[in-house]
Amino acid sequence: MNKLTIKQAHHGLVKKEFSSVELTEAVLNRIKKQDKEIHAYLTVSEELALNQAKRIDKKIANKEKISTLSGIPVAVKDIISVEGVKCTAGSKILENYIASYDATVIKRLKKAGAVIVGKTNQDEFGMGASGENSGFGPTKNPFDLERVPGGSSSGSAAALASNQCIYALGSDTGGSVRQPSSFCGVIGLKPTYGRVSRYGLIAFASSLDQIGPITKTAEDAQIVFETIKGKDEMDSTSIDFEEENREEKLEVKNLKIGIPKEYFIKGIDPEVEKIVKKAVDQYKGKGAEIIEISLPHTEYALSVYYIIMPAEASANLSRYDSIKYGFSIKGENLLDSYFKTREQGFGDEVKRRIMIGTYVLSAGYYDAYYLKAQKVRTLIKDDFDKAFGKVDVLMTPTAPTPAFKLGEKIDDPVSMYLSDIYTVSANLAGIPAVSVPCGKIDGLPVGLQIIGKQFDDEKILQIAQIYENSFL
Amino acid sequence: MINIDNISKLARLGLSDKEKNKLKKEIPAILDFVNKLNEIKTDKIEPTAQVTGLENVVREDKAQKRTKQEAKKLLDLAPETKDGYVKVKAVL
Repeated sequence: MNKLTIKQAHHGLVKKEFSSVELTEAVLNRIKKQDKEIHAYLTVSEELALNQAKRIDKKIANKEKISTLSGIPVAVKDIISVEGVKCTAGSKILENYIASYDATVIKRLKKAGAVIVGKTNQDEFGMGASGENSGFGPTKNPFDLERVPGGSSSGSAAALASNQCIYALGSDTGGSVRQPSSFCGVIGLKPTYGRVSRYGLIAFASSLDQIGPITKTAEDAQIVFETIKGKDEMDSTSIDFEEENREEKLEVKNLKIGIPKEYFIKGIDPEVEKIVKKAVDQYKGKGAEIIEISLPHTEYALSVYYIIMPAEASANLSRYDSIKYGFSIKGENLLDSYFKTREQGFGDEVKRRIMIGTYVLSAGYYDAYYLKAQKVRTLIKDDFDKAFGKVDVLMTPTAPTPAFKLGEKIDDPVSMYLSDIYTVSANLAGIPAVSVPCGKIDGLPVGLQIIGKQFDDEKILQIAQIYENSFL
Repeated sequence: MINIDNISKLARLGLSDKEKNKLKKEIPAILDFVNKLNEIKTDKIEPTAQVTGLENVVREDKAQKRTKQEAKKLLDLAPETKDGYVKVKAVL
Protein backbone atom coordinates (compact mmCIF):
# COMPACT_ATOMS: atom_id res chain seq x y z
CA MET A 1 0.00 0.00 0.00
CA ASN A 2 2.87 2.31 0.88
CA LYS A 3 4.16 1.90 -2.69
CA LEU A 4 1.14 3.59 -4.28
CA THR A 5 1.17 6.93 -6.07
CA ILE A 6 -1.11 9.75 -4.88
CA LYS A 7 -3.55 9.03 -7.69
CA GLN A 8 -3.68 5.30 -6.96
CA ALA A 9 -4.03 5.84 -3.21
CA HIS A 10 -6.85 8.32 -3.80
CA HIS A 11 -8.75 5.79 -5.90
CA GLY A 12 -8.20 3.16 -3.24
CA LEU A 13 -9.65 5.45 -0.59
CA VAL A 14 -12.64 6.49 -2.68
CA LYS A 15 -13.42 2.89 -3.63
CA LYS A 16 -13.02 1.89 0.02
CA GLU A 17 -10.37 -0.70 -0.81
CA PHE A 18 -8.57 0.54 2.29
CA SER A 19 -8.97 3.35 4.83
CA SER A 20 -6.72 6.33 5.36
CA VAL A 21 -5.78 4.92 8.77
CA GLU A 22 -4.71 1.65 7.13
CA LEU A 23 -2.71 3.50 4.50
CA THR A 24 -1.10 5.71 7.15
CA GLU A 25 -0.27 2.70 9.31
CA ALA A 26 1.31 0.96 6.34
CA VAL A 27 3.57 3.98 5.87
CA LEU A 28 4.32 4.29 9.60
CA ASN A 29 5.19 0.58 9.81
CA ARG A 30 7.50 0.92 6.86
CA ILE A 31 9.24 3.80 8.64
CA LYS A 32 9.61 1.75 11.82
CA LYS A 33 11.10 -1.15 9.88
CA GLN A 34 13.30 0.67 7.47
CA ASP A 35 14.31 4.07 8.68
CA LYS A 36 17.04 2.88 11.03
CA GLU A 37 18.96 2.07 7.86
CA ILE A 38 18.06 5.13 5.76
CA HIS A 39 17.64 7.83 8.43
CA ALA A 40 15.26 9.86 6.27
CA TYR A 41 13.17 11.14 9.19
CA LEU A 42 14.14 13.43 12.06
CA THR A 43 10.66 13.41 13.60
CA VAL A 44 7.79 10.99 13.03
CA SER A 45 4.46 12.64 13.87
CA GLU A 46 2.48 9.45 14.36
CA GLU A 47 -0.25 10.91 16.53
CA LEU A 48 -0.87 13.90 14.29
CA ALA A 49 -0.93 11.62 11.24
CA LEU A 50 -3.39 9.11 12.68
CA ASN A 51 -5.71 11.88 13.88
CA GLN A 52 -5.71 13.45 10.44
CA ALA A 53 -6.30 10.04 8.85
CA LYS A 54 -9.24 9.29 11.17
CA ARG A 55 -10.85 12.59 10.25
CA ILE A 56 -10.68 11.73 6.55
CA ASP A 57 -12.03 8.23 7.15
CA LYS A 58 -15.03 9.79 8.88
CA LYS A 59 -15.62 12.03 5.87
CA ILE A 60 -15.47 9.03 3.56
CA ALA A 61 -17.87 7.10 5.79
CA ASN A 62 -20.25 10.10 5.66
CA LYS A 63 -20.03 10.00 1.86
CA GLU A 64 -18.51 13.50 1.74
CA LYS A 65 -16.45 14.31 -1.32
CA ILE A 66 -12.70 14.32 -0.61
CA SER A 67 -9.93 16.07 -2.53
CA THR A 68 -7.16 14.09 -4.21
CA LEU A 69 -4.68 14.64 -1.37
CA SER A 70 -7.14 13.80 1.41
CA GLY A 71 -6.00 11.00 3.66
CA ILE A 72 -2.65 10.59 1.87
CA PRO A 73 0.59 10.49 3.90
CA VAL A 74 3.17 13.18 3.16
CA ALA A 75 6.72 13.71 4.49
CA VAL A 76 7.80 17.31 5.02
CA LYS A 77 11.35 18.63 4.92
CA ASP A 78 12.35 19.82 8.37
CA ILE A 79 12.86 23.40 7.16
CA ILE A 80 9.09 23.86 6.72
CA SER A 81 7.02 24.77 9.80
CA VAL A 82 4.24 22.47 11.00
CA GLU A 83 2.49 23.87 14.06
CA GLY A 84 3.30 22.02 17.27
CA VAL A 85 5.96 19.82 15.64
CA LYS A 86 9.71 20.11 16.09
CA CYS A 87 11.35 22.04 13.25
CA THR A 88 15.15 21.93 13.22
CA ALA A 89 16.13 22.70 9.60
CA GLY A 90 18.78 20.04 10.26
CA SER A 91 20.58 22.34 12.70
CA LYS A 92 21.64 21.86 16.31
CA ILE A 93 20.82 25.51 16.87
CA LEU A 94 17.12 24.62 16.46
CA GLU A 95 17.34 21.18 18.08
CA ASN A 96 14.44 21.86 20.47
CA TYR A 97 12.54 24.43 18.45
CA ILE A 98 8.83 23.72 18.08
CA ALA A 99 7.09 25.57 15.25
CA SER A 100 4.43 27.92 16.58
CA TYR A 101 2.51 28.17 13.32
CA ASP A 102 1.88 26.38 10.02
CA ALA A 103 3.72 27.38 6.87
CA THR A 104 1.29 28.47 4.15
CA VAL A 105 1.99 25.30 2.14
CA ILE A 106 1.15 23.23 5.23
CA LYS A 107 -2.03 25.22 5.82
CA ARG A 108 -3.05 24.48 2.24
CA LEU A 109 -2.13 20.79 2.48
CA LYS A 110 -4.04 20.44 5.76
CA LYS A 111 -7.06 22.10 4.19
CA ALA A 112 -6.84 19.52 1.41
CA GLY A 113 -6.87 16.79 4.07
CA ALA A 114 -3.21 15.76 3.99
CA VAL A 115 -1.79 13.34 6.55
CA ILE A 116 1.59 14.55 7.80
CA VAL A 117 3.69 11.55 8.86
CA GLY A 118 6.90 13.35 9.76
CA LYS A 119 9.73 15.78 9.18
CA THR A 120 12.67 14.76 7.04
CA ASN A 121 16.42 15.03 7.41
CA GLN A 122 18.39 17.56 5.41
CA ASP A 123 21.64 19.44 5.10
CA GLU A 124 21.69 22.13 7.78
CA PHE A 125 19.50 25.06 6.66
CA GLY A 126 19.58 23.60 3.14
CA MET A 127 23.32 24.05 2.77
CA GLY A 128 24.67 21.01 1.03
CA ALA A 129 24.35 18.61 -1.87
CA SER A 130 24.79 15.30 -0.03
CA GLY A 131 22.84 15.34 3.22
CA GLU A 132 26.11 14.98 5.12
CA ASN A 133 25.82 18.48 6.58
CA SER A 134 22.85 17.54 8.76
CA GLY A 135 23.43 18.25 12.44
CA PHE A 136 21.80 14.89 13.17
CA GLY A 137 23.74 12.45 10.99
CA PRO A 138 23.50 11.71 7.27
CA THR A 139 20.68 10.08 5.31
CA LYS A 140 21.60 7.09 3.13
CA ASN A 141 20.62 6.50 -0.48
CA PRO A 142 18.04 3.67 -0.66
CA PHE A 143 19.65 2.42 -3.90
CA ASP A 144 23.04 1.96 -2.21
CA LEU A 145 23.48 2.58 1.50
CA GLU A 146 27.12 3.57 1.02
CA ARG A 147 26.09 6.48 -1.16
CA VAL A 148 24.56 9.87 -0.47
CA PRO A 149 20.91 10.58 -1.37
CA GLY A 150 21.86 14.06 -2.60
CA GLY A 151 20.81 17.20 -0.83
CA SER A 152 19.69 19.27 0.69
CA SER A 153 16.20 17.68 0.65
CA SER A 154 17.92 14.35 1.39
CA GLY A 155 15.33 12.79 3.69
CA SER A 156 12.35 13.77 1.54
CA ALA A 157 13.80 12.13 -1.59
CA ALA A 158 15.14 9.08 0.30
CA ALA A 159 11.87 8.58 2.23
CA LEU A 160 9.91 8.58 -1.02
CA ALA A 161 12.34 6.29 -2.85
CA SER A 162 12.11 3.77 0.02
CA ASN A 163 8.29 3.97 0.14
CA GLN A 164 8.25 5.61 3.57
CA CYS A 165 5.68 8.17 2.35
CA ILE A 166 3.43 8.64 -0.67
CA TYR A 167 4.90 12.04 -1.54
CA ALA A 168 7.08 14.68 0.05
CA LEU A 169 7.84 18.37 0.18
CA GLY A 170 11.34 19.75 -0.25
CA SER A 171 12.85 23.17 -0.77
CA ASP A 172 15.21 24.22 -3.53
CA THR A 173 17.68 27.11 -3.35
CA GLY A 174 20.27 25.87 -5.86
CA GLY A 175 19.05 22.37 -6.71
CA SER A 176 17.99 20.97 -3.34
CA VAL A 177 14.78 19.39 -4.64
CA ARG A 178 16.01 18.33 -8.08
CA GLN A 179 19.46 16.90 -7.32
CA PRO A 180 18.33 14.51 -4.53
CA SER A 181 15.35 13.55 -6.73
CA SER A 182 17.82 12.68 -9.47
CA PHE A 183 20.00 10.64 -7.07
CA CYS A 184 16.97 8.80 -5.65
CA GLY A 185 15.06 8.17 -8.90
CA VAL A 186 11.98 10.29 -8.17
CA ILE A 187 10.32 13.41 -9.62
CA GLY A 188 11.27 16.77 -8.09
CA LEU A 189 9.88 20.16 -9.11
CA LYS A 190 11.37 23.56 -8.37
CA PRO A 191 8.54 25.95 -9.20
CA THR A 192 8.84 29.42 -10.72
CA TYR A 193 10.04 31.80 -8.01
CA GLY A 194 6.99 33.35 -6.38
CA ARG A 195 4.42 30.75 -7.34
CA VAL A 196 4.63 29.00 -3.97
CA SER A 197 4.56 30.99 -0.73
CA ARG A 198 7.71 30.89 1.37
CA TYR A 199 5.87 31.85 4.56
CA GLY A 200 6.91 29.34 7.21
CA LEU A 201 9.89 28.10 5.21
CA ILE A 202 12.94 28.81 7.36
CA ALA A 203 14.82 31.39 5.31
CA PHE A 204 18.12 30.42 3.67
CA ALA A 205 18.66 32.60 0.57
CA SER A 206 15.41 34.46 0.13
CA SER A 207 15.70 35.52 -3.53
CA LEU A 208 16.31 31.87 -4.54
CA ASP A 209 14.32 29.66 -2.12
CA GLN A 210 11.22 27.83 -3.37
CA ILE A 211 9.25 24.93 -1.88
CA GLY A 212 8.54 22.09 -4.30
CA PRO A 213 6.91 18.66 -4.46
CA ILE A 214 8.85 15.37 -4.60
CA THR A 215 6.68 12.61 -6.03
CA LYS A 216 6.64 9.26 -7.81
CA THR A 217 5.00 10.59 -10.99
CA ALA A 218 4.72 13.92 -12.81
CA GLU A 219 0.95 13.69 -12.46
CA ASP A 220 1.37 13.53 -8.67
CA ALA A 221 3.69 16.55 -8.77
CA GLN A 222 0.99 18.49 -10.63
CA ILE A 223 -1.61 17.52 -7.99
CA VAL A 224 0.61 18.75 -5.13
CA PHE A 225 1.71 21.89 -6.96
CA GLU A 226 -1.90 22.77 -7.74
CA THR A 227 -2.69 22.57 -4.03
CA ILE A 228 0.25 24.56 -2.62
CA LYS A 229 0.65 27.28 -5.27
CA GLY A 230 -0.83 30.76 -5.35
CA LYS A 231 -0.47 34.21 -3.89
CA ASP A 232 -0.24 34.55 -0.14
CA GLU A 233 -0.45 37.83 1.69
CA MET A 234 2.12 36.55 4.17
CA ASP A 235 4.78 36.38 1.42
CA SER A 236 5.12 39.65 -0.47
CA THR A 237 7.18 37.92 -3.19
CA SER A 238 4.40 35.47 -4.00
CA ILE A 239 2.60 35.99 -7.28
CA ASP A 240 -0.95 35.50 -8.39
CA PHE A 241 -0.55 33.94 -11.74
CA GLU A 242 -3.77 33.37 -13.58
CA GLU A 243 -3.11 30.70 -16.08
CA GLU A 244 -4.49 31.88 -19.37
CA ASN A 245 -6.49 29.22 -21.15
CA ARG A 246 -3.80 27.19 -22.78
CA GLU A 247 -5.01 27.15 -26.37
CA GLU A 248 -4.14 23.69 -27.52
CA LYS A 249 -3.25 20.47 -25.83
CA LEU A 250 0.48 20.00 -25.72
CA GLU A 251 1.67 17.78 -28.53
CA VAL A 252 5.18 16.45 -28.83
CA LYS A 253 5.27 17.07 -32.56
CA ASN A 254 4.86 20.82 -31.98
CA LEU A 255 7.50 20.89 -29.28
CA LYS A 256 10.83 22.66 -29.70
CA ILE A 257 13.41 21.33 -27.26
CA GLY A 258 16.61 23.26 -26.69
CA ILE A 259 19.84 21.51 -25.75
CA PRO A 260 22.24 23.99 -24.16
CA LYS A 261 25.65 23.03 -25.48
CA GLU A 262 27.40 24.46 -22.40
CA TYR A 263 25.81 21.73 -20.26
CA PHE A 264 27.53 18.89 -22.09
CA ILE A 265 31.18 19.65 -21.52
CA LYS A 266 34.00 18.30 -19.39
CA GLY A 267 33.09 17.19 -15.89
CA ILE A 268 29.99 15.30 -16.96
CA ASP A 269 29.98 11.53 -16.50
CA PRO A 270 29.86 10.18 -20.10
CA GLU A 271 27.26 7.60 -19.06
CA VAL A 272 25.01 10.37 -17.71
CA GLU A 273 25.38 12.22 -20.99
CA LYS A 274 24.45 9.09 -22.94
CA ILE A 275 21.33 8.38 -20.88
CA VAL A 276 20.11 11.98 -20.98
CA LYS A 277 20.68 12.26 -24.73
CA LYS A 278 18.78 9.02 -25.21
CA ALA A 279 15.85 10.48 -23.28
CA VAL A 280 15.90 13.58 -25.49
CA ASP A 281 16.00 11.34 -28.57
CA GLN A 282 12.79 9.69 -27.48
CA TYR A 283 11.01 13.03 -27.71
CA LYS A 284 12.62 13.48 -31.11
CA GLY A 285 11.28 10.09 -32.16
CA LYS A 286 7.78 11.36 -31.38
CA GLY A 287 8.27 14.39 -33.60
CA ALA A 288 9.78 17.03 -31.33
CA GLU A 289 12.32 19.35 -32.89
CA ILE A 290 15.68 19.32 -31.13
CA ILE A 291 17.68 22.53 -31.37
CA GLU A 292 21.16 23.10 -30.03
CA ILE A 293 21.29 26.46 -28.31
CA SER A 294 23.79 28.45 -26.31
CA LEU A 295 23.55 29.87 -22.80
CA PRO A 296 26.89 31.68 -22.95
CA HIS A 297 27.08 32.68 -19.28
CA THR A 298 26.51 29.17 -17.95
CA GLU A 299 30.09 28.84 -16.75
CA TYR A 300 29.60 31.84 -14.44
CA ALA A 301 26.39 30.63 -12.78
CA LEU A 302 28.05 28.76 -9.93
CA SER A 303 30.27 31.74 -9.11
CA VAL A 304 27.27 34.06 -9.03
CA TYR A 305 25.43 31.57 -6.86
CA TYR A 306 28.30 31.22 -4.40
CA ILE A 307 28.26 34.96 -3.82
CA ILE A 308 24.54 35.75 -3.73
CA MET A 309 23.51 32.67 -1.75
CA PRO A 310 25.98 33.05 1.17
CA ALA A 311 25.38 36.82 1.25
CA GLU A 312 21.65 36.31 1.73
CA ALA A 313 22.24 33.38 4.09
CA SER A 314 24.61 35.33 6.34
CA ALA A 315 21.95 38.01 6.74
CA ASN A 316 19.10 35.53 7.28
CA LEU A 317 21.03 33.48 9.82
CA SER A 318 21.83 36.50 11.96
CA ARG A 319 18.46 35.88 13.65
CA TYR A 320 19.90 32.94 15.60
CA ASP A 321 20.97 35.05 18.55
CA SER A 322 20.33 32.80 21.58
CA ILE A 323 17.62 35.11 22.90
CA LYS A 324 14.27 34.62 21.21
CA TYR A 325 14.35 30.85 20.63
CA GLY A 326 16.67 27.96 19.96
CA PHE A 327 19.93 26.79 21.43
CA SER A 328 21.43 29.25 23.91
CA ILE A 329 24.70 29.51 25.79
CA LYS A 330 25.02 32.24 28.38
CA GLY A 331 28.16 34.27 27.92
CA GLU A 332 29.75 36.93 30.07
CA ASN A 333 27.82 39.58 28.18
CA LEU A 334 25.40 39.82 25.28
CA LEU A 335 28.07 39.76 22.58
CA ASP A 336 29.79 36.80 24.18
CA SER A 337 26.46 34.91 24.20
CA TYR A 338 26.09 35.48 20.45
CA PHE A 339 29.59 34.22 19.72
CA LYS A 340 29.40 31.12 21.91
CA THR A 341 25.86 30.10 20.90
CA ARG A 342 26.61 30.41 17.21
CA GLU A 343 30.01 28.71 17.51
CA GLN A 344 28.45 25.63 19.07
CA GLY A 345 25.06 25.70 17.35
CA PHE A 346 26.15 25.91 13.70
CA GLY A 347 27.95 23.21 11.70
CA ASP A 348 31.03 23.63 9.49
CA GLU A 349 29.31 24.35 6.17
CA VAL A 350 26.97 26.92 7.72
CA LYS A 351 29.93 28.68 9.34
CA ARG A 352 31.82 28.65 6.06
CA ARG A 353 28.91 30.26 4.22
CA ILE A 354 28.24 32.84 6.93
CA MET A 355 31.91 33.84 6.74
CA ILE A 356 31.88 34.11 2.94
CA GLY A 357 28.57 35.96 2.94
CA THR A 358 29.77 38.42 5.57
CA TYR A 359 33.00 38.96 3.66
CA VAL A 360 31.36 39.68 0.29
CA LEU A 361 28.94 42.11 1.92
CA SER A 362 31.56 43.88 4.04
CA ALA A 363 32.63 47.46 3.37
CA GLY A 364 35.01 47.69 0.43
CA TYR A 365 34.03 44.31 -1.06
CA TYR A 366 30.33 44.82 -1.74
CA ASP A 367 30.80 46.23 -5.26
CA ALA A 368 33.50 43.78 -6.25
CA TYR A 369 31.54 40.71 -5.20
CA TYR A 370 27.86 41.17 -4.41
CA LEU A 371 27.02 43.88 -6.94
CA LYS A 372 29.12 42.17 -9.59
CA ALA A 373 27.28 38.90 -8.99
CA GLN A 374 23.90 40.62 -9.24
CA LYS A 375 24.93 42.05 -12.60
CA VAL A 376 26.05 38.71 -13.96
CA ARG A 377 22.78 37.31 -12.63
CA THR A 378 21.07 39.66 -15.11
CA LEU A 379 23.18 38.22 -17.95
CA ILE A 380 22.26 34.66 -16.95
CA LYS A 381 18.57 35.57 -16.90
CA ASP A 382 18.94 37.26 -20.33
CA ASP A 383 20.50 34.06 -21.73
CA PHE A 384 17.37 32.14 -20.77
CA ASP A 385 15.04 34.84 -22.12
CA LYS A 386 16.82 34.64 -25.46
CA ALA A 387 16.76 30.84 -25.48
CA PHE A 388 13.03 30.74 -24.79
CA GLY A 389 12.48 32.97 -27.79
CA LYS A 390 13.63 29.99 -29.89
CA VAL A 391 12.51 26.92 -27.95
CA ASP A 392 9.71 25.82 -25.59
CA VAL A 393 11.83 24.04 -23.01
CA LEU A 394 15.42 23.13 -22.31
CA MET A 395 16.63 19.64 -21.49
CA THR A 396 19.81 18.94 -19.55
CA PRO A 397 21.13 16.45 -17.01
CA THR A 398 20.02 17.29 -13.44
CA ALA A 399 23.45 16.46 -12.02
CA PRO A 400 26.80 15.68 -13.67
CA THR A 401 27.09 12.28 -11.96
CA PRO A 402 24.89 9.70 -10.23
CA ALA A 403 24.98 9.49 -6.40
CA PHE A 404 28.52 9.58 -5.01
CA LYS A 405 29.88 7.83 -1.92
CA LEU A 406 29.41 9.17 1.60
CA GLY A 407 32.55 11.03 2.62
CA GLU A 408 33.83 11.33 -0.96
CA LYS A 409 33.47 15.12 -1.25
CA ILE A 410 32.94 16.32 2.28
CA ASP A 411 36.48 17.71 2.72
CA ASP A 412 36.54 19.56 -0.57
CA PRO A 413 33.89 22.31 -0.63
CA VAL A 414 34.54 23.39 -4.21
CA SER A 415 34.15 19.86 -5.58
CA MET A 416 30.91 19.48 -3.57
CA TYR A 417 29.67 22.79 -4.99
CA LEU A 418 30.08 21.42 -8.54
CA SER A 419 27.18 18.99 -7.85
CA ASP A 420 24.89 22.01 -8.32
CA ILE A 421 26.35 23.05 -11.66
CA TYR A 422 23.25 22.24 -13.75
CA THR A 423 20.64 23.33 -11.22
CA VAL A 424 21.63 26.75 -9.82
CA SER A 425 20.86 28.69 -13.00
CA ALA A 426 17.12 28.03 -12.75
CA ASN A 427 17.13 29.54 -9.25
CA LEU A 428 19.12 32.58 -10.36
CA ALA A 429 16.71 33.17 -13.25
CA GLY A 430 13.63 32.29 -11.15
CA ILE A 431 12.35 29.80 -13.71
CA PRO A 432 10.78 26.37 -13.16
CA ALA A 433 12.64 23.10 -13.57
CA VAL A 434 11.80 19.47 -12.91
CA SER A 435 14.00 16.38 -12.56
CA VAL A 436 12.61 13.21 -14.15
CA PRO A 437 14.17 9.75 -13.69
CA CYS A 438 15.42 8.65 -17.12
CA GLY A 439 17.66 5.65 -16.55
CA LYS A 440 20.29 4.07 -14.33
CA ILE A 441 24.02 3.51 -14.25
CA ASP A 442 25.01 0.35 -12.35
CA GLY A 443 21.73 0.53 -10.48
CA LEU A 444 22.02 4.23 -9.63
CA PRO A 445 19.31 6.59 -10.96
CA VAL A 446 19.99 9.44 -13.39
CA GLY A 447 17.73 12.47 -13.79
CA LEU A 448 16.69 14.44 -16.87
CA GLN A 449 16.14 18.11 -16.08
CA ILE A 450 13.41 19.93 -18.00
CA ILE A 451 13.66 23.71 -17.63
CA GLY A 452 10.77 25.97 -18.61
CA LYS A 453 9.97 29.64 -19.09
CA GLN A 454 8.84 31.69 -16.10
CA PHE A 455 5.33 30.45 -15.14
CA ASP A 456 5.52 27.37 -17.39
CA ASP A 457 5.49 25.01 -14.39
CA GLU A 458 2.42 23.13 -15.62
CA LYS A 459 3.90 22.77 -19.08
CA ILE A 460 7.17 21.18 -17.96
CA LEU A 461 5.20 18.78 -15.77
CA GLN A 462 3.08 17.83 -18.77
CA ILE A 463 6.22 17.20 -20.80
CA ALA A 464 7.59 15.09 -17.96
CA GLN A 465 4.36 13.15 -17.93
CA ILE A 466 4.71 12.39 -21.63
CA TYR A 467 8.08 10.82 -20.84
CA GLU A 468 6.57 8.61 -18.14
CA ASN A 469 3.57 7.60 -20.20
CA SER A 470 5.24 7.01 -23.55
CA PHE A 471 8.86 6.11 -22.97
CA LEU A 472 9.01 4.06 -19.78
CA MET B 1 44.60 38.59 2.54
CA ILE B 2 41.42 37.89 4.46
CA ASN B 3 41.25 38.88 8.07
CA ILE B 4 39.37 35.91 9.53
CA ASP B 5 39.13 37.45 12.99
CA ASN B 6 37.55 40.60 11.65
CA ILE B 7 34.98 38.72 9.54
CA SER B 8 34.10 36.45 12.45
CA LYS B 9 33.51 39.53 14.60
CA LEU B 10 31.27 41.11 11.97
CA ALA B 11 29.33 37.85 11.70
CA ARG B 12 29.04 37.46 15.50
CA LEU B 13 30.35 33.97 14.94
CA GLY B 14 32.75 32.33 17.38
CA LEU B 15 35.39 30.07 15.83
CA SER B 16 37.95 27.74 17.38
CA ASP B 17 41.62 28.10 16.36
CA LYS B 18 41.29 24.89 14.39
CA GLU B 19 38.30 26.27 12.49
CA LYS B 20 40.09 29.53 11.82
CA ASN B 21 43.06 27.71 10.33
CA LYS B 22 40.81 25.62 8.14
CA LEU B 23 38.87 28.67 6.92
CA LYS B 24 42.10 30.49 6.17
CA LYS B 25 42.70 27.87 3.48
CA GLU B 26 39.13 27.25 2.34
CA ILE B 27 37.86 30.80 1.93
CA PRO B 28 40.61 31.90 -0.50
CA ALA B 29 39.94 28.73 -2.54
CA ILE B 30 36.26 29.61 -2.76
CA LEU B 31 37.00 33.27 -3.57
CA ASP B 32 39.42 32.12 -6.23
CA PHE B 33 36.57 30.14 -7.71
CA VAL B 34 34.10 33.07 -7.70
CA ASN B 35 36.70 35.54 -8.98
CA LYS B 36 35.98 34.04 -12.39
CA LEU B 37 33.34 36.77 -12.68
CA ASN B 38 36.08 39.34 -13.27
CA GLU B 39 36.39 37.95 -16.80
CA ILE B 40 33.10 39.64 -17.71
CA LYS B 41 32.56 43.34 -18.34
CA THR B 42 29.46 44.52 -16.52
CA ASP B 43 29.76 48.32 -16.50
CA LYS B 44 26.50 48.81 -18.37
CA ILE B 45 24.53 45.94 -16.87
CA GLU B 46 21.75 46.52 -14.35
CA PRO B 47 21.90 44.30 -11.26
CA THR B 48 19.15 41.73 -10.59
CA ALA B 49 18.07 41.51 -6.95
CA GLN B 50 14.85 39.61 -7.59
CA VAL B 51 13.10 38.07 -10.55
CA THR B 52 9.37 38.46 -9.99
CA GLY B 53 8.98 41.92 -11.46
CA LEU B 54 6.84 42.85 -8.43
CA GLU B 55 7.34 46.32 -7.04
CA ASN B 56 6.40 48.04 -3.80
CA VAL B 57 4.24 45.33 -2.31
CA VAL B 58 2.69 46.90 0.76
CA ARG B 59 -0.07 46.23 3.22
CA GLU B 60 -1.95 48.46 5.58
CA ASP B 61 0.30 49.48 8.46
CA LYS B 62 -1.84 47.95 11.14
CA ALA B 63 -0.84 45.56 13.90
CA GLN B 64 -2.68 42.27 14.15
CA LYS B 65 -4.19 41.25 17.46
CA ARG B 66 -2.72 38.11 18.95
CA THR B 67 -4.26 35.99 21.64
CA LYS B 68 -2.62 35.32 25.00
CA GLN B 69 -2.14 31.68 24.00
CA GLU B 70 -0.28 32.73 20.86
CA ALA B 71 1.96 35.02 22.90
CA LYS B 72 2.56 32.24 25.40
CA LYS B 73 3.61 29.84 22.62
CA LEU B 74 6.29 32.30 21.51
CA LEU B 75 7.45 33.10 25.05
CA ASP B 76 7.73 29.39 25.82
CA LEU B 77 10.33 29.15 23.05
CA ALA B 78 12.56 31.83 24.58
CA PRO B 79 15.46 30.55 26.69
CA GLU B 80 14.74 33.09 29.42
CA THR B 81 11.67 35.18 30.24
CA LYS B 82 10.55 37.44 33.06
CA ASP B 83 7.05 38.78 33.72
CA GLY B 84 5.87 37.88 30.24
CA TYR B 85 8.88 39.43 28.49
CA VAL B 86 11.95 37.92 26.86
CA LYS B 87 14.93 38.47 29.14
CA VAL B 88 18.06 39.92 27.54
CA LYS B 89 21.44 40.75 29.01
CA ALA B 90 22.24 44.44 29.32
CA VAL B 91 22.97 45.92 25.90
CA LEU B 92 24.94 48.90 27.18
